[in-house]
Amino acid sequence: MTGREKILSDVVKNKPTAIPLPVLDFKSIDQPFDILETFTKYVQAVGGEVVHVAHEQALLQQVTNERSAGKYIINRVPAGGQVDDVPVDPAILESVYRAYIKGSFGVAENGAIWVMESAMGNRILPFICEQLVLVLHKTELVANMHEAYASIQIDKEGYGVFIAGPSKTADIEQSLVIGAHGPKALSVLIIM
Amino acid sequence: MNPSHAKLAEAFNADEKRTDWHDQTLWFVRQKRDKAAHVLPEWEKLRQWASDIKDHTLSNLDVYLAEFEQKATANGVQVHWALDAADHNAIIHKIIRDQGLTRIVKSKSMLTEECHLNDYLQQSGIEVIDTDLGERIVQFRKEPPSHIVLPAIHLKKQDVSETFQEHLGTEAGNYDPQYLTQAARIHLREKFIQSELAITGVNFAVAETGGFVVCTNEGNADMGVHSAKIHIGCMGIEKIIPKAEHLGVFTRLLARSATGQPITTYTSHFHRPRPGQEMHIVIVDNGRTRQLGREDFRNSLKCIRCAACFNTCPVYRRSGGHSYHTAVAGPIGSILNPNLDMKANADLPFASTLCGSCTNVCPVKINIHEQLWKWRQVIAEEGLVAPSKKYSMKMMAFVLARPSLYRIAGSAGRWVMRNLSFLVKVKSLNPWYKQREMPDAPKESFRDWYKKNKEV
Amino acid sequence: MKVGLFIPCYIDQFYPKVAIATFQLLGKLGCEIIFPQGQTCCGQPMANSGFASLSGGCDKNFIANFSGVDYIVAPSGSCVLHIKEHLNDGKSPAEAEFIRTHIYELTEFLTDVMKLEKLSARFPYKVGLHNSCHGQRGLHLSSMSELVAPAFSKPAALLNMVSGLQLCLPERPDECCGFGGTFCVFEEAVSVKMGVDRIKEHESNDVDVITGGDVSCLMHLEGIMKRKGSKTRVMHIAEILNSEL
Repeated sequence: MTGREKILSDVVKNKPTAIPLPVLDFKSIDQPFDILETFTKYVQAVGGEVVHVAHEQALLQQVTNERSAGKYIINRVPAGGQVDDVPVDPAILESVYRAYIKGSFGVAENGAIWVMESAMGNRILPFICEQLVLVLHKTELVANMHEAYASIQIDKEGYGVFIAGPSKTADIEQSLVIGAHGPKALSVLIIM
Repeated sequence: MNPSHAKLAEAFNADEKRTDWHDQTLWFVRQKRDKAAHVLPEWEKLRQWASDIKDHTLSNLDVYLAEFEQKATANGVQVHWALDAADHNAIIHKIIRDQGLTRIVKSKSMLTEECHLNDYLQQSGIEVIDTDLGERIVQFRKEPPSHIVLPAIHLKKQDVSETFQEHLGTEAGNYDPQYLTQAARIHLREKFIQSELAITGVNFAVAETGGFVVCTNEGNADMGVHSAKIHIGCMGIEKIIPKAEHLGVFTRLLARSATGQPITTYTSHFHRPRPGQEMHIVIVDNGRTRQLGREDFRNSLKCIRCAACFNTCPVYRRSGGHSYHTAVAGPIGSILNPNLDMKANADLPFASTLCGSCTNVCPVKINIHEQLWKWRQVIAEEGLVAPSKKYSMKMMAFVLARPSLYRIAGSAGRWVMRNLSFLVKVKSLNPWYKQREMPDAPKESFRDWYKKNKEV
Repeated sequence: MKVGLFIPCYIDQFYPKVAIATFQLLGKLGCEIIFPQGQTCCGQPMANSGFASLSGGCDKNFIANFSGVDYIVAPSGSCVLHIKEHLNDGKSPAEAEFIRTHIYELTEFLTDVMKLEKLSARFPYKVGLHNSCHGQRGLHLSSMSELVAPAFSKPAALLNMVSGLQLCLPERPDECCGFGGTFCVFEEAVSVKMGVDRIKEHESNDVDVITGGDVSCLMHLEGIMKRKGSKTRVMHIAEILNSEL
């Protein structure tokens, strides 16, 4: 018997009688609240900042300015002008100062933003850059994680991630330090 | 054999200031958990849902495991099955050896701790770099983690500073967590960028899609995995959940229960390797099917490793993770470890006052303190308690079942305490008396009083 | 109403004053009290040490003593919880079942059965309440800080009926004192440390008395306080509810 067969047959032998899958009535826990306000509060709570811009032109301006200042910028957001190809080699990406990536939507209850592989160009980009900017439109917000998972197909692409704030740790005496291995700052740019 | 929890806890308590600090630090985490839970009026409903989903899953585990394997394979992921720790380690070793890899990073995975993967690989001359900051700190110190979420919670910043001074060349006497973290960042980023193989744990494996979810705050799992040519995810068979929508329930509970955060910084969903990458999953039993067969203890397999039971446990907070002498410490460890090795861990179910706080904070409603009680019965039944304890319990039961004997013993006991108290007051023989006075022994029992006064 | 008074073994032997207060208090409130003379112990010390199999004799004896009353009341949450959860006897299952469902801890009995709303007691002191785990998390005598649920406390409500009494809760309102049955000797270091920490919180509130519904917790705290020469006293809640000046 292979390990697989042994494990599965031991499960069959030892598992309890079938218990039905619960019906999860997510509607029953819905609460009305101001989604943008709550989202902003939680992005700040998890160490990020929220920046409102009036229109896409402002984003384009910002990216253009930063590029001309000579910083290593990678822009993945079409509204920000030219969309850059992302190098494969992490050793090159390590020097990225700021990456602009389009988020699919934000989650109000925790400030998390769903980001898909295709938006990143390279899976490591949102982790290896020094600063991360995630761009959302004002309409791209949901209330909670139940709505979030109802809005996505998690296996649509090979990889996807909820990002809530910059990389952080509290492993030394529970003192919060921003910028553990990943970005030292996260801005959420909301196009109003 | 390990020294018992009681012995190790006594040693931990020798430094009272440090014990206070450990207690207060973890109590602060418990308070953060309370605040985060109280934000959600539906908290108790979420716990019930999570518990029900896990109960259902365990009762259909073979079906979901097979579904997961089929979907994952279709996604281009290589699935391996490991009967035990040795199998698990051998599978990983083979992947490393076949491809001749040397640069290996690992993000926090309690399963690889349980299987002692690092030690095993080290014996074959293979070094694994732990990349979670807390894990890296304890790895430098050649210590095991003392907590499943906060691996270095037993250490003060001075300790970390000294460790980093020795291994990373940081300046002596600089205890600033910001400075120390920055030093680790520089050190570990170099390791990430060079890594050829990245090992991660698995928080949730979704049967419906064949993918798995890894949660971190530091981003270390992603940094390693997205650099390396090969990603190996290691999971116990109990990590399965049926559907993607169930992730909504678990991600809402996990970080709030663990650290009081509304969600971990990164909740990464892996389904297919990136172009040119290999992705492996190792599905591990290591005693889990045996626990599934123990009716009284099977629901310990619902655990999502949030460690809320650690942080709330008044015994854990005052004895430290190392006193549990196992990979998974705390209350949940005390009901999981006797299944792995009953004899070596027979002391653990007794390292509790059965206060029940663990059960109340558990996001998947494991009746932890009731299982501690039940393990005590099993362990006594198996003859794994000290003979002296067994004998005194037998004596006690004998007396207490016989009212007249009880009356004689009671008044004799009180007489001894009143008149020959030096017999009781020997600290080496009577642990109670070491740091506590004995209660005063009254002249008459209530029974005596009642006979004289019942008409009053 | 015929009430069987259950006085746990160590209260009978070492804290008769708690039993007397319970007896007098229930009498004042109009209960017909019966104290079965052959009672000994609920069997918890053996069961919590892993020897539930040895508590059969205690179970038999308990049932023999307490069959035939309307309610059984005890000034101990811990012993009551043990009976509720574990009393069993193959030979008299109906009696065991009746006892399990009709046994009450004192404050629970006063609140839920007697529906007490006022009390002529006076105790002009600052009092700290220690919630015993078995009373609170086992018998649900008060809400628990871990759960997202409405707040309530049966013992606190009763203490608030006592005139002159100033009630104080410690910073951690429901942390265990560390007694834990045989835990108090087999895990002596942690047990004492837990007790020391409880006392510190109460004493920082300048309480005169620490009270609670379980003598075992109080005995443990008292032992530590006496050794330290503390001026704070412990009193069982029955003694306070029964006090008159």
